Amino acid sequence: MVTRLKETDAVVIGIGWTGSILALELAKAGLNVVGLERGAARRPDKDFATPEIRDELTYAVRQKLVQDPAVETFTMRHESGETALPIRRFGAFLPGMGLGGAGTIWNGLTWRFLPFDHQLRSRIEARYGKSAIPVDMTIADWQMSYDELEPFYERFEKLCGTSGKAGNLRGTRIDGGNIFEGPRQSDYPNRPLTQSQAGALFERAAKSLGYHPYPTPASTISAAYTNPEGAVMGACEYCGHCDRFGCAVNAKASPNASVLPILLQDRHFTLRADSFVTQIVYDKASRKATAVRYVDMNTGQEFEQPAGLIALCSYTFSNTRLMLLSGIGTPYDPQTMTGAVGKNYCYQVTAPQHLFFADEEINPFMATGAHAMNIDDFNGDNFDHEGLGFFGGALIFAGPTHGRPIMGRALPPGTPRWGRAWKQATAQWYNHSFSIHASGASYAHRGNYLDLDPTYRDRLGRPLLRMTYNFRDNDRKLSAYVAEKASGLAKAMNPTVMGPAQPRRGDFDVAPYQSTHNTGGTIMGADPKTSVVNRYLQSWDADNLFILGASVFPQNPAHPPTGAVGALAYWAAQAITTRYLKSPGKLVSA
Amino acid sequence: MVDQTIPRRNFLKGAGVAGTAVAATLSSGLAACADGQTPSAAAAKPATPPSEPLLTLTPGEAAFLSAVYDTFIPADQFSPSGTDCGLVVYIDRQLAGAWGQGARFYRMGPFLPGKPEQGYQLPLTPREYFANGIAAANAWSRKTYGTPFDQLSPADRDAALKTMDGGKAEFVDFNSKRFLETLYQSAMEGFFADPIYGGNRDKVSWKMVNYPGLPATYATKAAEYRGKKVNLSPQSIADLN
Ligand SMILES: Cc1cc2nc3c(=O)[nH]c(=O)nc-3n(C[C@H](O)[C@H](O)[C@H](O)COP(=O)(O)OP(=O)(O)OC[C@H]3O[C@@H](n4cnc5c(N)ncnc54)[C@H](O)[C@@H]3O)c2cc1C
Repeated sequence: MVTRLKETDAVVIGIGWTGSILALELAKAGLNVVGLERGAARRPDKDFATPEIRDELTYAVRQKLVQDPAVETFTMRHESGETALPIRRFGAFLPGMGLGGAGTIWNGLTWRFLPFDHQLRSRIEARYGKSAIPVDMTIADWQMSYDELEPFYERFEKLCGTSGKAGNLRGTRIDGGNIFEGPRQSDYPNRPLTQSQAGALFERAAKSLGYHPYPTPASTISAAYTNPEGAVMGACEYCGHCDRFGCAVNAKASPNASVLPILLQDRHFTLRADSFVTQIVYDKASRKATAVRYVDMNTGQEFEQPAGLIALCSYTFSNTRLMLLSGIGTPYDPQTMTGAVGKNYCYQVTAPQHLFFADEEINPFMATGAHAMNIDDFNGDNFDHEGLGFFGGALIFAGPTHGRPIMGRALPPGTPRWGRAWKQATAQWYNHSFSIHASGASYAHRGNYLDLDPTYRDRLGRPLLRMTYNFRDNDRKLSAYVAEKASGLAKAMNPTVMGPAQPRRGDFDVAPYQSTHNTGGTIMGADPKTSVVNRYLQSWDADNLFILGASVFPQNPAHPPTGAVGALAYWAAQAITTRYLKSPGKLVSA
Repeated sequence: MVDQTIPRRNFLKGAGVAGTAVAATLSSGLAACADGQTPSAAAAKPATPPSEPLLTLTPGEAAFLSAVYDTFIPADQFSPSGTDCGLVVYIDRQLAGAWGQGARFYRMGPFLPGKPEQGYQLPLTPREYFANGIAAANAWSRKTYGTPFDQLSPADRDAALKTMDGGKAEFVDFNSKRFLETLYQSAMEGFFADPIYGGNRDKVSWKMVNYPGLPATYATKAAEYRGKKVNLSPQSIADLN
């Protein structure tokens, strides 16, 4: 039996980065907001306290703060026509669950995308010709330019207190920052973090090759900071427990540190944790999402919460899955290339290489998750792609993000896997190695998409989301090219031993961690036939439904997504509060 | 001293003849753990009754794992043997706990073999997987060498594990390479995890690599020690509580 609750002004589904930002903006606008979060109501003072939070086995290996696959997972296959099987334990990516979402357990790398990334298709066509893009590469422009989104990127950085160095301040290029970035109106709120030894080695080598190194824009922040909402953050301790952990000193920006202290005090906001949303009730005739159904995971009781406005803020996978389960929009069909829900699922194409330096003390344990030095010289369209056979590029960076000993031990090639020689090498190299990475763009491909699995179900009996995904020609060529560039940089650092370059060669594997940068499924666009939301992230099929998160990206650029995810959350919030609420209806006609 | 306030199964009583030799090996390390003695001193002492009975492993399983862990991590100047570092205790507790019983593991069927990139697809919980894997490995060891794995010479143990690692060990209905991977992962976890989990006794692996452990507050040290060797005596969760 479903208990029908009293109508509220707005329901936000998922209280991670996007959900907490949007809920606060709506509450500030005077709306009564109910936040439904499937996971627990985590509290930093209780749940992220030292020393327990710095327990590698529980948090990093057993993934305590990650989505519980026993409740809900995904199925994966490489091609349509194959049988997808459930990902029984998470490995390649780690979706968040619980108050704060993946925003609790991220690393804090906070990038803006390049102006090129915002206009991908038109810029490639302009430079390389109309027919340069293969038919199967279903890439698309964003619906707002970099310049339009710039103030919102800035807002998210101010919320996070991001540490970094500008490379382009109002059109003036600044050495030591990322000179390839789009023009910024202001510098980062905090100065860059203290450089690591690995970062110093990378910087020197990059300069010697004529590249343009710059420090990671880091939301593990360099100094105590009070953000514009009034949340107080501490300075980073370089403890090396960022990704997969909650921050014990509030130095890593997160919903928990940066938004929730304010939001949870707001009388307009009601949090319901352990509330698993199963469906949006949709009235096709009136083009309205009328209510949200959810199950209280402690009692099993089912509720229906009617609302005037509904926002899906439940990350790429649940955003797409809930649209499909609710029958909103047309599911994508890769054969006919019709329908849009589930289309353009993208990921990240990573290529690491281990380096060993006999005479350098690396101290990998004195690190933050966002502590590297980087180059954008081979990102986006910052180099000529003529004749290369692929588009896009990679962020190339180096520097340890932690020195946690279960997962953070590389050894030179040829070292035995066990026994005395292994112990000897482990003792010898632990403090003398780090990796260089090429984190590549993932461009949409006709055959990579999300839909509902016909066989496997979640704990509540609903179909799991099915991922049909593999690395494609563009990914493999891109990866080979950038891995070689990274190797060149690695050589210039003059390591004692170099591990092999590892460009993406085989098929997508669900086991080894690659990144939790999953995008697409509910992409933005100008045409309701080929996209799910308009430029204000409003559903084409329900005027009062908004979808926030990287699920709206038409493809995934090389830089990590969350800077843009946060910017888009503010962008949509402004459209809702200044335009939609005044005159509810379509914000874009098509 | 065995803590009598906590009800425990007596390992020795349940062990039977086959388990006695293992019990002796296990116990020397465990006793040292309880006494807080250095591993090398403990290893030299005659066997004493174990301070900690096993929670879920059978004596035969413990003997197998002890032999595997001692091959992965032999005693040398860096640390005592895997068993004496507490690795059997570690895996026993893990397998008896929520993880071993299948927590955070999607366990609905149908169960199909799939491609390797689709990951683990067996219905077995980690506890069951270890039970089946050990049985399969011992059967293969008997067939190949004439004895269960724990009775092989150190050189044969090493060779047998390498055969498994190379995907060349033909277990009946069980993927030997994957099982080796699981054994290896469990050894690394037990050896490098915080000592509260029973392995890494006396923070021996952290000392081996010079990992300072906790509380990891380096706000000022990050600059001061950049490129310099850090000599902090490691602290673990128990040290800070
Ligand atoms: C280990 C790790 C490291 C990362 N590092 C970085 C990084 O350094 N830089 C970067 O840019 N990005 C990083 N990311 C990605 C980043 O965390 C995400 O981009 C970001 O959190 C996305 O925000 P979101 O609001 O879309 O989703 P989340 O923050 O994940 O929030 C979604 C919320 O929705 C809830 N939810 C889902 N389904 C339902 C449902 N059915 N009912 C109710 N609630 C539901 C979830 O429980 C979750 O709390 C990392 C992610 C991980 C896991």
